Amino acid sequence: MTGNDLPGALAGVRVVELAGEASAYAGLLLAGMGAEVIVVEPPDGHHTRGFEPFLHDEPDPERSLWWWHYNASKLGVTLDLGDEDAQDRFRSLVATADVVLESERPGRLAELGIDHDTLRADHPELIWVSLTPFGRSGPRSQEESIDLTVLAAGGPVWSCGYDDHAIPPQRGGGNQGYQTGSVFAVLSAQTALLARDHTGQGQFVDVNMHAAANVTTEFGSVQWLVAGDEVQRQTGRHAAIEPTTFTRALSADGIDVNTGFPPRSARDFAVVVEWMESLGLKDQFEEFFFLEMGAQLEEDLHLSQVGQDPEVTAMFGAAREAVRLISENITAYEFFIGAQERGLAVGIIYSPEEVLADPHFQERGFPVEVEHEDLGRSFTYLGAPYIAPKSPYRIRHRAPHLGEHNSIIEALA
Amino acid sequence: MKSEALSHIRICDFTGQLAGAGATRWMAAFGAEIIRIEDPVRLGKWDVLRGTSPFVDDRRGHEFGGCFNNHNVEKLGVTLNLRTERGKELLAEIIAVSDAVTENFAAGVLERLGFGYDRLKEIKPDILYVSNCGFGHIGPYRKYKTWGPIVQACCGLTFTSGLPDMPSAGWGYSYMDHHGGNFMAMAIMAGLIHRSRTGEGQWIDMSCTDAGANMLGPVALDYTVNGRPLRRDGMPYSNRNQFPAMAPHGIYEADGHDAWLALAARDDRDWQAIAGLMGIDDQRFDDLAGRLAYEDELDDAVRAWSSGRDRFTAAAELQAVGVPAAGVAKPEDRIDNDPNTEAWGLWPTVTHGEMGRVRVDGIPAHFSETDWVLERGGPLLGQHNRQILGGLLGHSDSELTDLAAEGVI
Repeated sequence: MTGNDLPGALAGVRVVELAGEASAYAGLLLAGMGAEVIVVEPPDGHHTRGFEPFLHDEPDPERSLWWWHYNASKLGVTLDLGDEDAQDRFRSLVATADVVLESERPGRLAELGIDHDTLRADHPELIWVSLTPFGRSGPRSQEESIDLTVLAAGGPVWSCGYDDHAIPPQRGGGNQGYQTGSVFAVLSAQTALLARDHTGQGQFVDVNMHAAANVTTEFGSVQWLVAGDEVQRQTGRHAAIEPTTFTRALSADGIDVNTGFPPRSARDFAVVVEWMESLGLKDQFEEFFFLEMGAQLEEDLHLSQVGQDPEVTAMFGAAREAVRLISENITAYEFFIGAQERGLAVGIIYSPEEVLADPHFQERGFPVEVEHEDLGRSFTYLGAPYIAPKSPYRIRHRAPHLGEHNSIIEALA
Repeated sequence: MKSEALSHIRICDFTGQLAGAGATRWMAAFGAEIIRIEDPVRLGKWDVLRGTSPFVDDRRGHEFGGCFNNHNVEKLGVTLNLRTERGKELLAEIIAVSDAVTENFAAGVLERLGFGYDRLKEIKPDILYVSNCGFGHIGPYRKYKTWGPIVQACCGLTFTSGLPDMPSAGWGYSYMDHHGGNFMAMAIMAGLIHRSRTGEGQWIDMSCTDAGANMLGPVALDYTVNGRPLRRDGMPYSNRNQFPAMAPHGIYEADGHDAWLALAARDDRDWQAIAGLMGIDDQRFDDLAGRLAYEDELDDAVRAWSSGRDRFTAAAELQAVGVPAAGVAKPEDRIDNDPNTEAWGLWPTVTHGEMGRVRVDGIPAHFSETDWVLERGGPLLGQHNRQILGGLLGHSDSELTDLAAEGVI
């Protein structure tokens, strides 16, 4: 499917990345697209090498799976940026780069004399992407911040949680505040590269994680901006102005499913009738009559009539309950496949590891094996976000050991 | 005024909703010419957001969808009836002068309209074609239907949000519609960069569920390497933190209706600052191992302090002693009362042909040389027919009048 020997879209682009918790995902994506990403860390290792989980739970700078994941496809060098000699080497390294990516605290690099103003002065074609919690100059730019507080201050947390508002709102997993910032850092680097194609000029880009979270909340922002309405969180479904009906059900094997929108067309009602009958559920469902009635509809049900017109309300409610009853009588996977094959949009609520075992993701080549020749074996990693046959996104090799590619900077001395 | 960054790029765009429209939105903000093709017969309603809430006032219809305006700022709108031969010819003319064709229809729809990748290549051999749907165009689920919550369920994201022994809280909005759009923009720009280096077009098959699954790295490796699934007793517990472990790390009750405070101790120094501020004196909490072992008790102690305090005042007190903390922002807090979003210019006002002046989402990056510009609202149906079909393609006014009369545009 993908020509694995082909170079990526960013082949020939050199990125110098200062190792950082928030920007690591941006570097990973750029490297996956084929850029040569050189990650710079202190001589005793970046602190993220100390992040769990570890290979076989044995803490070691070379065994952090966090480091493995986020630094795959990158080259690694070590420099003590507090040291003047190393600062010179960093300047020389940056002089060979197309893009610098960093997530340092605003002001730190200026103190060291290696900030974008200093280094871009001699290299106007250089693109410098900075990723910080609140941007480099805003009134909150010096706040202490982590993924949790980015998402809390930026809007996502307000929209996530449970119907019961005595339970705290929830922060979704996977460092999505950092990663959302990183995604915008990648878009910024690509945009600046395309701009340089025709202007010849590089530039400085200030990416703001708090702003990134703010404009990634869909209705949470748009409802307020357009109509001045405040959305309210609900269990497993969109935060909304008015409460919406459940979309979650527990399948026979104890795995949750998302039951989607209830049927509204004659075709969808007919599908539910057929499915109920084939599962032998018809006799235990007292409202079956309303499903058959729905199968005779000449026009789709209008949501605005639910709660107004008694027949519409009964048909709509029966369809919703029927789908739930089906889901409770079969496994989550049978429900997902059975519904989708019948043209009903529902989902299975997979745990992340279960995605890798799914036949669809396998056929797309999503799980990939990455060789760890140092350990004499390979491990399964997450693959490409899209399939680009002529310029494939792929993991090129395992993450670098500490200082593994220091020959790159030694050659510059 | 336009940004110069992508002003050399033109896209023939069929995207809609957010998962597609979000991709070309970014590019439009940076000056790309995005020509949005819509169906005059169905009033552009393939994109249901054209006519759905929120609304600025009592007016309803296909020119009043608040989300449509938000997601399609700075784009051009052209109507073409692709059921007609003339409509297909005009589309081919637009494709012939475009760098890319983009769409997020269900798999196979553009091909059924007569514009599959082979046809696109006939029209323009180096065209970049980027398709985007929930499961992509390859694989057994390619025909399955999705929208944000279904994508999030199937890629593992929904499961990561919630409390032990509770149903998944999930994401209370279409997080993956945003990132479906963002990853699609990434795919488009990667394809354009490849094309400018090699002269080669291609068909990039973007799948929102692949993109979503890509965002769950360390937890997936914990399974593939260590055999430890996230579906296990006591997990997930998403307000706590696994990688790296921190305690306290959570969202705590504050004073007021549905008011909450987020805070964490990244290390022992943070903890000592928190303990000093809150007056917590308990040796069990002195090191991380102890704080993790007694995390429920620790959370109770933090809550005893936070529950009587205003969330923003409490966050400021914690920030003053160097601890990461933030009040959980409601929409009004972050949109109307946050000095940082205001200083950033995060909520620009655009002018829409019917709705008038409306605030929209800005862009979370500022460029020193070619910054984004968002001034024009989403296009009215066929608003730029004359500009594109006349100005760009050179059809005369009388021809356009005839095309309108024949129901082609």
